[in-house]
Amino acid sequence: MNNIVEIRWHGRGGQGAKTAALLLADAAFNTGKYVQGFPEYGPERMGAPITAYNRISTERSTVHSNIYEPDYVVVVDETLLSAVDVTAGLKKEGAIVINSGKSPDELRGKLRGYEGRVCTIDAGRISTEELGKNFPNTPMLAAIVKVSGVVEPEEFVRDMEASFKHKFASKPQVIEGNMRALKRSMEEVQIG
Amino acid sequence: MGIRERLSGNEAVAYAMKQINPDVMGAYPITPSTEIPQYFSAYVDNGEVDTEFIAVESEHSAMSTCIGAQAAGVRAISATSSCGLCYMTEMLYVAASCRLPITLSVCCRALSGPINIHNDHSDAMGVRDAGWIMLFAETNQEAYDNYLQAMRIGEAVGLPIMVCQDGFITSHAIENIELVETDKVKAFVGQYRPKHYLLDPDESVSMGAFGMPAYYMEAKRQQAQAMIDAKDVIYKVGREFGEMTGRTYGLIEKYMMDDAKTAIVLIGSSAGTAKEAVRQLRAQGKKVGLIKVRAFRPFPSEELAEALKGVRAFAVMDKDDSYNAHCGPLFAETAAALYAAGVREPRGVNYIYGLGGRDVRVDSIKQVFAELDKIAATGYAGQTYRYLEVRE
Amino acid sequence: MSHLAKDMTPDVTWRDITPGCAIYEGGTSEAVQTGDWRTMRPVIDWAKCKQCLLCVPVCPDISIPVSGEGKREDFNYFYCKGCGICADVCPFGAISMVPEEK
Repeated sequence: MNNIVEIRWHGRGGQGAKTAALLLADAAFNTGKYVQGFPEYGPERMGAPITAYNRISTERSTVHSNIYEPDYVVVVDETLLSAVDVTAGLKKEGAIVINSGKSPDELRGKLRGYEGRVCTIDAGRISTEELGKNFPNTPMLAAIVKVSGVVEPEEFVRDMEASFKHKFASKPQVIEGNMRALKRSMEEVQIG
Repeated sequence: MGIRERLSGNEAVAYAMKQINPDVMGAYPITPSTEIPQYFSAYVDNGEVDTEFIAVESEHSAMSTCIGAQAAGVRAISATSSCGLCYMTEMLYVAASCRLPITLSVCCRALSGPINIHNDHSDAMGVRDAGWIMLFAETNQEAYDNYLQAMRIGEAVGLPIMVCQDGFITSHAIENIELVETDKVKAFVGQYRPKHYLLDPDESVSMGAFGMPAYYMEAKRQQAQAMIDAKDVIYKVGREFGEMTGRTYGLIEKYMMDDAKTAIVLIGSSAGTAKEAVRQLRAQGKKVGLIKVRAFRPFPSEELAEALKGVRAFAVMDKDDSYNAHCGPLFAETAAALYAAGVREPRGVNYIYGLGGRDVRVDSIKQVFAELDKIAATGYAGQTYRYLEVRE
Repeated sequence: MSHLAKDMTPDVTWRDITPGCAIYEGGTSEAVQTGDWRTMRPVIDWAKCKQCLLCVPVCPDISIPVSGEGKREDFNYFYCKGCGICADVCPFGAISMVPEEK
């Protein structure tokens, strides 16, 4: 039986939604899954809404189309909620994860009647506090892992630590900051 | 067993290039193939290959560089897309007629206009008569595997070879991939040992001669034979590759065709989406099948006639159009293949699809099979020149 | 078969023509007689020739040989196409063009 999880990312050009989708694919790959991670390119400019996708499965998925009925949606920029129909096709058994300081109840009204789980995480604040800059990718990645369980959380934390150690070998403070952001995000994500 | 990895199609091709360590790369960037020379130039800069990387001012010059280098006696490569491939066209013919086995990676992209950076096959199909061998990939794995086989094929028959993948759909998507160990790659690809080359101190050679009418047709007939001979070479190299990796390749891939009553013929990444549609329809008991064309040049005429002779109805899907008020190139050549083989029974229609990156979904393919059901039931094809999923 | 220029005649078959019409030897233009293209023939008057050698570099072919002592010699009519440039540049009127008699 092929268990497949499909995820759609909404962000703005330059915010790293594509990179986050590729990082999630990496994390799932490292736990033995089949992965796809791909962007949907528009007339790319900084700030323009962009979409990226993940298929994560136990058997290879041969489909090469975009995702129209995702299990999960991740919104990297809260201001997209009014600009883009982010819950289009989203399964109600799934969930939407939004980068926001607001609570799920405060945001549900903006989601065009979406009945599934609404999750929020203040990735901007966590990133600013732990990394000194607004890099929402790492906390968003951790939040979607926590909410979706697409990767086993403990395995994910171990894997990310190894990955950061490899990537930032000469900057131990960056590794520690990212790991704190990651763990805080998994604890602080509000599921409503 | 190979190495488990996840790479984008562009990363995979650049990695194959690195493993092969060719002698010269002449390249000019264009979306979506830009990453290939970009990644590869980093390998050059890091000393991981000893390739001479020649940054040129245009695709015309990129191919000219390859022609000069390959004629001099070494392996030359390039990568391009879309109008870059158009701009190479003149030199593509020179490469093929000079019988220089250059390897060109193409990330297929639409042609203007309207201006569009997304995938279709207009660029590659526009140069289909330039005399190049042309392989197409469904997945990143195939883009990589085809690249590892390309030089063996081209060098065996003395023709240049284009290794095509779908821009963005595979070039910019990461997928699981199984890489071949570099020592095995080097042993498989082998050394390039041309019989005649410009930098041979023991033999003077003139290349690119003027061909008067008294010689031109003989030269072209011989070039045509090289393409005919390429069929057996593609099979042979594909089998040997299979012995090494477990992944065997030929000219076409048949998917659930044994008892199929309706079938789709197409090229590239949408074959994977079509396989999912076939699986879902098979689960409902429908006898449907798929033929993926891997080698467009040489054209798999006998293979297609044999594979399609038992179906009631088939659709050939072209990700480009010939604008001839008739059909796309894959349909034209498939229909000609059936006619030449005396296969008259199956009804065939042509769908132009996926132009300029129009997304091709499982449901898109199912719509085509639904139409084929009607044609199979009535024996009447109706309009054979159709556009898929265009707003009316 | 041999694949030298002399074998590439209009009788060569598609199997025997060299791939890409490559020619596996150098200097093959030496074998090509262009002298029979000539309708006008340059003739030198040695009494007027000062051996200034201005005619030598303007010859588009190899039709004005120069000796080891640096003196021009008589025309090589195997190659000379009769273009007349040498006659045109000669400051002494030593070269005249006369109709070719065949």
